[in-house]
Amino acid sequence: MSRIVVIGAGPAGLRTVECLAEAGLRPILIDESRRPGGQIYRQPPNGVPDAARLYGFEASKATALHALLARLGDRVEYRPDTLVWAIEGKRLSLLTGGNQHSFIEADALVLTTGAMDRILPFPGWTLPGVYTLGAAQIALKSQGVAIGRRVALVGAGPLLPLVTHQYRKAGAELVLSLDVTGLAPKLVLAGAMLANPKTVAKGLFYLARNALGGVPQRFGAKSLQAIGDGRVEGLVWQDNAGRSHTIACDAIGVSFGLRSEIQLADLAGCAMAFDPLTRQWQPERSPEGRSSVAGVYLAGDGAVIGGADVAELAGPRTALTVLADLGHKVDPARLAHLDSALARQRRFRVALEHAYPFPAALLDTLDDAEILCRCEGITVGTLRAAVRGRDVTEINRLKALTRIGMGRCQGRVCGQAAAELLARERAVEVEAVGRLRSNPPVKPVPLQAPLAASEDAA
Amino acid sequence: MTQTAPQFHRLVASSGALVRFLIDGAPAEARVGDLLITAILLNRPNLRRFEFADTHRAGFCLMAGCQDCWVTLADGQRLRTCSELVQDGMHVIIDGAPT
Repeated sequence: MSRIVVIGAGPAGLRTVECLAEAGLRPILIDESRRPGGQIYRQPPNGVPDAARLYGFEASKATALHALLARLGDRVEYRPDTLVWAIEGKRLSLLTGGNQHSFIEADALVLTTGAMDRILPFPGWTLPGVYTLGAAQIALKSQGVAIGRRVALVGAGPLLPLVTHQYRKAGAELVLSLDVTGLAPKLVLAGAMLANPKTVAKGLFYLARNALGGVPQRFGAKSLQAIGDGRVEGLVWQDNAGRSHTIACDAIGVSFGLRSEIQLADLAGCAMAFDPLTRQWQPERSPEGRSSVAGVYLAGDGAVIGGADVAELAGPRTALTVLADLGHKVDPARLAHLDSALARQRRFRVALEHAYPFPAALLDTLDDAEILCRCEGITVGTLRAAVRGRDVTEINRLKALTRIGMGRCQGRVCGQAAAELLARERAVEVEAVGRLRSNPPVKPVPLQAPLAASEDAA
Repeated sequence: MTQTAPQFHRLVASSGALVRFLIDGAPAEARVGDLLITAILLNRPNLRRFEFADTHRAGFCLMAGCQDCWVTLADGQRLRTCSELVQDGMHVIIDGAPT
């Protein structure tokens, strides 16, 4: 029997293995976390005492996904707490429990690696107390804690009203919910109502409830600054009319949309394409879920930013392609159903991306002294000096000369902002500066682990 | 808000048993099920010194992506606090144990 390895136990990966298991294959599901659910449905380490309270509308989806693996039992080989840190061909290097090293050779790979927050630097963004919106949400859902006592949330995507709603509902003190993209672009959502009335209604509900709940909601910002002596003590922002506002807070949750986690697809040799809608490089994916590499498949936010609901549809859609490629008979009615649901979601997502345009203006406010690379404290000025003094035109050259993108996060945090800033300096489109090449290990691994494994093999 | 007040704030009471651990030699308390980042930031305003400037860091993404939240234990072990649970007897070094 073919050995099918699925990487990532978020909504896409879980629905992928469900579909494969139902067809009688025994997929291997590898996940970095200790419990299934991914980041969007991240579980507390010791169970969910009160999921409904923390998740709101998403509670039933979370509960279903969290129970999925238990329901499938040994029809799935589940390997939690396991990092895939390198891929050569279809041979994966694994690190389990932080210290056990092993390899696995797959016949087919399904990458469901998800996404993290897209980050743009702004003055003060490395102060203790500044977190991503995703982090703010994980702190609440997985730990029952808020990122501070007086929290400001700032965003440029649908995660903002959701986290605002969840924080308000959990009883956090929210001093501000600031959508930097402004209200005007939201008019496109009126058209999107036709494609996905339920989700738009849910978004409007969040906005209305957040307003009724007394959370100050503001729209449109030209600049942001976190202020404080050694920690966050306030947020200063300039509205679209140019007025400056200061609000006292001890934590800021902030991010600007989502960024696909593409390193493993890159290492697997998948061709990448620039997505102009979300301004990022992603592995090429056919509507059926194939990558450019035979036997490597893609689903969920790791390939196309669509959110959790899309991931739950793209997972089985891709699994059916895997099954068809292995010679299994696939129910055409199910395919048609998934394809039409995905097409409807896609129309909605395009409208949503237009409702939350990329806040490029924030990049124009950055002084040379601002930190761009969070890992090593490398500044915007270092980037500009490399562009002007050494005629850098391409992002990997920039990395080689400045170490921007070379730190522990491997460019996950600074990569997109660095590309945008480089493109601005060169006055070219952002895709013209290229993309950071991925290198193993994709995350830090202790040296003694791979060394011990190679000794065993020798 | 003082400079030493904890960063995180618990909203939902934990049913986990008490965990006793140390930060820079001082006793601290957490609950079973708390991630190490939660345990530290419910007691302190930050996690570690930043290697490249005279500042501190307190984590950023909480999903094992940014690598901002690695700390060192007194025994030399290094842990990413957003993916590790606090354990009884752990000794986290932030600014150094009192001599």
